[in-house]
Amino acid sequence: MQITLKLFASFRNDRFKAAQKEIPDGTDCRTIVRELGLTEEEIGIILVNGRHVTLDYVLNDSETLSLFPLVGGG
Amino acid sequence: MRRTMLACIQKQLTGGLLPWAVQSAAAEQFNCSLAAVEEFTLENGILPARYQRNQNMISTAEQLLLFRSRIAVIGCGGLGGYVIEELARLGVGGIVAIDPDVFEEHNLNRQLLATPRTLGQAKAKAALNRVNEINPAVTVTPIIDAFCEANGHDLLNGVTVVVDALDCISCRLELAEICTEMQIPLVHGAIGGWYGHVATQLPGDTTVQSIYRNWVQGKGIEKELGNPAFTPAVVASLQVAEACKIVLGKGELLRRRKLSIDLLDMEIHEILYGSTADVIYLPTRDIESARAAG
Repeated sequence: MQITLKLFASFRNDRFKAAQKEIPDGTDCRTIVRELGLTEEEIGIILVNGRHVTLDYVLNDSETLSLFPLVGGG
Repeated sequence: MRRTMLACIQKQLTGGLLPWAVQSAAAEQFNCSLAAVEEFTLENGILPARYQRNQNMISTAEQLLLFRSRIAVIGCGGLGGYVIEELARLGVGGIVAIDPDVFEEHNLNRQLLATPRTLGQAKAKAALNRVNEINPAVTVTPIIDAFCEANGHDLLNGVTVVVDALDCISCRLELAEICTEMQIPLVHGAIGGWYGHVATQLPGDTTVQSIYRNWVQGKGIEKELGNPAFTPAVVASLQVAEACKIVLGKGELLRRRKLSIDLLDMEIHEILYGSTADVIYLPTRDIESARAAG
């Protein structure tokens, strides 16, 4: 199945803004995050079709996953 | 005496406005503080001349609301420096400036209150000095201490709005909890590199807790990226606009939504968050998320 993967802020560096991705059924967000070379500690927000989910969320065909990094400085 | 002071002031108005020199002279002549003169004149519908460029967006009655408000700024570094500067120029009458640290050289690239002269000086003290320089009618309470659960309730006693300018996520979560308990509106802002975000949490909301719901430990991207001169200024200004609107009860707040700002690609994204009810009463994540999406 295919999903759309959108990256924001520093996650775009050396990667992309948006891409179509072929993934096996049953893939969760955590797997995608690891494949991108990101760690769980770096993740701020995970949205699927604009809804907040956690890394355990299992993706469905045609969904859009958006990842934002954690920002906490002042 | 009040009638004498009013008559004295009214005679010296310029174009209906109170010049700074007259405000200063009145404080001396009537043996009261600049703050007392400012409140008295605003109560009598007279605008100090320094606020004349506010006049067409903030009425004299609203200027009095701002003067009578007390805003706590937690953190006097990158965000906090700009926040304090803008609150003082806006005419917020009371500012509680809280920070345990002193200025170090690596602060000079972005922290408004950091100058070669203030290196080694407590940030909260520098905030007091700066405000006394730009608007001596504003009362600053400097607190050279870390905001925490133990002192939080005392520090925020009598505060109208809290501005979160901290640099540590666990402290931000503690602050959000205390604001919830004390029913104080909180304007949250955070930065890292080219990026930042702002959101406003009113009593009963759990927006800040939701923003950091995936937080495990440690700092965010700011640890790697640092912070440049402009990101704190942008985010701090948005925070002050929110604080101003909360005090005046006008405009649309960033409530249950967060602006996520990317200054490298010049994009602003709005991310929606649910209300307290969504988080507390709806057990499954999907329903909760559906509500969160609006």
